[in-house]
Amino acid sequence: MTDLRGDFLGIKSPNPFWLASAPPTDKEYNVVRAFKAGWGGVVWKTLGEDPPIVNVNGPRYGAIYGADRRLLGFNNIELITDRPLELNLREIKKVKRDWPDRAVVVSLMVPCEEAAWKKILPLVEDTGADGIELNFGCPHGMSERGMGAAVGQVPEYVGMVAKWCKQNSRMPVIVKLTPNITDVRNPARAAKENGADAVSLINTINSIVGIDLDTMAPNPATDGKGTHGGYCGPAVKPIALSMVSEIARDPATHGLPISGIGGISDWRDAAEFMAVGCGNVQVCTAAMVYGFRIVEDMIEGLKNWMGTKGYTRLDDFIGKAVPNLTDWQYLNLNYIVKAKIDQDLCIECGRCHIACEDTSHQAITAVKDGRRHFEVIDEECVGCNLCVSVCPVEDCITLERQTSGIDPRTGKPIDPAYANWTTHPNNPSREAAE
Amino acid sequence: MATGSAKRDVATGRLTARQYAENFADLHPPLDTHGAMVEADRCYFCHDAPCVEACPTDIDIPMFIRQISTGNPLGAAETILRENIMGGMCARVCPTETLCEEVCVREIADGKPVKIGLLQRHATDALFADGKQVFARAADSGKRVAVVGAGPAGLSCAHRLALLGHAVTVFDAREKPAGLNEYGIAAYKTVEDFAQREVAFILSLGGIEVVTGKGLGSGLSLEQLRADYDAVFLGLGLGTVRDLGLDGEELDGVIDAVDYISDLRQAKDLSSLPVGRRVVVIGGGMTAIDIAVQSKLLGAEEVTLVYRRGKAQMNASVFEQDLAQTRGVKIIHFAKPSRLIGEAGALRAIEFERTSLDAEGRLEGAGESFTLAADVVFKAIGQAFVAMDDTVKLEDGRIAADGEGRTSLPDVWAGGDCVAGGQDLTVAAVADGKAAAVSMDRALRAQKAKG
Ligand SMILES: Cc1cc2nc3c(=O)[nH]c(=O)nc-3n(C[C@H](O)[C@H](O)[C@H](O)COP(=O)(O)OP(=O)(O)OC[C@H]3O[C@@H](n4cnc5c(N)ncnc54)[C@H](O)[C@@H]3O)c2cc1C
Ligand SMILES: Cc1cc2nc3c(=O)[nH]c(=O)nc-3n(C[C@H](O)[C@H](O)[C@H](O)COP(=O)(O)O)c2cc1C
Ligand code: SF4
Ligand code: SF4
Ligand code: SF4
Repeated sequence: MTDLRGDFLGIKSPNPFWLASAPPTDKEYNVVRAFKAGWGGVVWKTLGEDPPIVNVNGPRYGAIYGADRRLLGFNNIELITDRPLELNLREIKKVKRDWPDRAVVVSLMVPCEEAAWKKILPLVEDTGADGIELNFGCPHGMSERGMGAAVGQVPEYVGMVAKWCKQNSRMPVIVKLTPNITDVRNPARAAKENGADAVSLINTINSIVGIDLDTMAPNPATDGKGTHGGYCGPAVKPIALSMVSEIARDPATHGLPISGIGGISDWRDAAEFMAVGCGNVQVCTAAMVYGFRIVEDMIEGLKNWMGTKGYTRLDDFIGKAVPNLTDWQYLNLNYIVKAKIDQDLCIECGRCHIACEDTSHQAITAVKDGRRHFEVIDEECVGCNLCVSVCPVEDCITLERQTSGIDPRTGKPIDPAYANWTTHPNNPSREAAE
Repeated sequence: MATGSAKRDVATGRLTARQYAENFADLHPPLDTHGAMVEADRCYFCHDAPCVEACPTDIDIPMFIRQISTGNPLGAAETILRENIMGGMCARVCPTETLCEEVCVREIADGKPVKIGLLQRHATDALFADGKQVFARAADSGKRVAVVGAGPAGLSCAHRLALLGHAVTVFDAREKPAGLNEYGIAAYKTVEDFAQREVAFILSLGGIEVVTGKGLGSGLSLEQLRADYDAVFLGLGLGTVRDLGLDGEELDGVIDAVDYISDLRQAKDLSSLPVGRRVVVIGGGMTAIDIAVQSKLLGAEEVTLVYRRGKAQMNASVFEQDLAQTRGVKIIHFAKPSRLIGEAGALRAIEFERTSLDAEGRLEGAGESFTLAADVVFKAIGQAFVAMDDTVKLEDGRIAADGEGRTSLPDVWAGGDCVAGGQDLTVAAVADGKAAAVSMDRALRAQKAKG
């Protein structure tokens, strides 16, 4: 039996799929619909101090599309909840009481003063919520007022607020990190050092999705003017994965629980985040685009995949890819591959040729014996994977490892032993060979 | 035999106005912008793309499709028209399934080619809607060229010559220019007077004068043209339809398919056309399919197309054959007409003899015969060239010309259907006209100004 039950900081949920703090979790009505659909937990839309903030009345969202209007990237300028604090707290309490098996975490953002936090924490605790998430990520609007990303970008502030929260509450504290920072490990370290129980990431990335060339205003615009928003959705997944990975393999934060967020749209994305160390995942854009029902496939898909791999519990694969994340300097430079084209699969579009010819290593023919023919020239191929990336036919080009003999490109014999840059003769600061 | 009893039935106005409008609506409705974006996204932007190779006019297909996908349809149209000034018409009439789309790598990969024709239409429609002229003529060369025939070959040649700076006069024997684009192509392929709109666009470049109602044999002689102009291009098309070679071709109801289609194309009101109840079409090419389908669409009850060889030998593409069958045309293979049966000067039936192919692929009669009752029979067994002049050398009954369109006369070029060895397609005629213009330009610039 495959068991999807999650335990994140002692917070139990029937599956690892939570909804991220955002419009899908802004009120009881939505959250109850989400729980009915099967979501394992929610992080309630960020609460702030009364009086509540206001949102613009113009458009909040912008998007990047594929050719068939598949939404690839999403941008918003929404602020935190615009509903009264008391109303949110009342609904949170009711939802948690009605859905005891689901995770209900409350996202918070109040000014960077201990008094403000001291005031709100007991109110949240009183709802029976399972934990809090500190929104240090919101990159627009709130950051102009010294909150959100403005805090998240200063590790000292992150640590300070985390500490206040730990001191003034019994609840588990998750620090939600902003990606709008040079090195995401710094705020993660500060969170951990100051007692935070976990980090979640990423929040949205500063973005302007486009300029309307007729009005010469950014998109979306309110009354002809626009501001940067926060970017999320499938386009940000690689950035989020990388940031999560850095925290997962940083010795200073290794083992710190991580809730993965950023472009997660299906079970496969979720599994990838968990493989790089996330205890669970949070979803926003995919739910906003397709509705809550997508969780059905996330649950079934993850179960099926775990079944084929023989994993019975989430812990069986959480973090399994972390040991394979390394620095460039440790990659094996004696690992030699050559592209190989499966002539039966090749449809002769020539993309591999022109890509390699124009922009890389001139290693693919276009014509052989007077005929249109695409074949790799081993003497030139550096095994870069460009052709594989551009070939429209899956598995048509593969990189084949060469383990012995002479590399026809360099004319040098292939060394089966592992050797990396740190000992490479071209490295001016190489370590002396032992 | 079913001939004697029933009355011969040829009537006008078989359908309601709405039925005519529906039946003759656009065969391939155009893609909207979103549809074009999605389709354009399917193109792989191939290197040295096979589709370009298959296009007789060498349109840079991957480039124009990319231009559509970047939201630059006017640029796409310019890319198309630069190589094929009738890119708009070709988008409507090319049998793409035997040209560019047949070799598209996505046809090979998943049996679904990129819809190049529809994308080409999308781009050229955008330009026509915009109404902009995208080309500018080179400086006046001082040379004057006569083009005889204002069909695709002639107009393509004239446009390229004008572009290169020459002054062109185009003569056509008929009332309107555009050749078979105006008088021959099936009505549902070129709705809304597209042929004339395209001619107007071509002429808006400047440098081209069109004289209609005047042609070789009707007011002009090649000799005189050669004397008056620096060079001459002949794009005469094919003047006549082949006879069946049977007694009774003069009977009422034995009709030349091309003439009838011409009447159809020019009819202001389709209900004015006389349509037989039982129609038999003889032939296996595009014309045969077109007359069969259009007869059906005009309200004929039974339309039977009879071809003397098999499906595989038909000149009409599989797509065209399917079109006929889905429109309710019955196709009989391996039978040739042996007798036209008339009564009181009008056709009543046709007798056919079954045929087969021998081991060498030659046609032979199989002895057995059958008869089809018919109110009308359309002859569509191919067109023939009518020579108006005996100074230019012929080959297989058409004008002999080399790859650049050069004829046996040093200052005379030719192209399109009137030339031997061609494909008899609009796009091939456009390609011929373009190639000849380039060749003429080279020759004219080499030659010193006359007089
Ligand atoms: C019924 C029918 C349907 C067709 N459908 C298609 C199709 O769907 N797709 C496709 O690609 N092709 C189709 N074709 C073929 C295509 O129309 C021709 O290949 C193309 O028009 C040839 O162009 P052209 O310029 O050589 O000749 P034409 O289009 O025939 O033009 C010749 C011009 O020369 C003029 N002319 C002739 N003799 C003289 C003279 N003595 N003096 C002056 N002017 C003269 C004519 O009036 C005419 O305007 C079809 C043909 C027919 C008959
Ligand atoms: C409209 C919108 C509003 C959001 N509001 C909040 C918020 O109030 N608090 C917060 O922590 N994150 C907020 N986020 C960020 C999301 O929780 C999430 O971190 C981000 O969208 C990345 O995940 P995704 O790619 O699954 O959308 C918001 C995102 C969107 C799209
Ligand atoms: S792997 Fe790189 S170098 Fe080798 S053929 Fe492919 S694109 Fe060229
Ligand atoms: S990109 Fe792939 S399909 Fe296209 S020619 Fe190269 S190997 Fe063949
Ligand atoms: S062959 Fe097909 S996919 Fe390739 S460039 Fe041409 S239309 Fe595009």
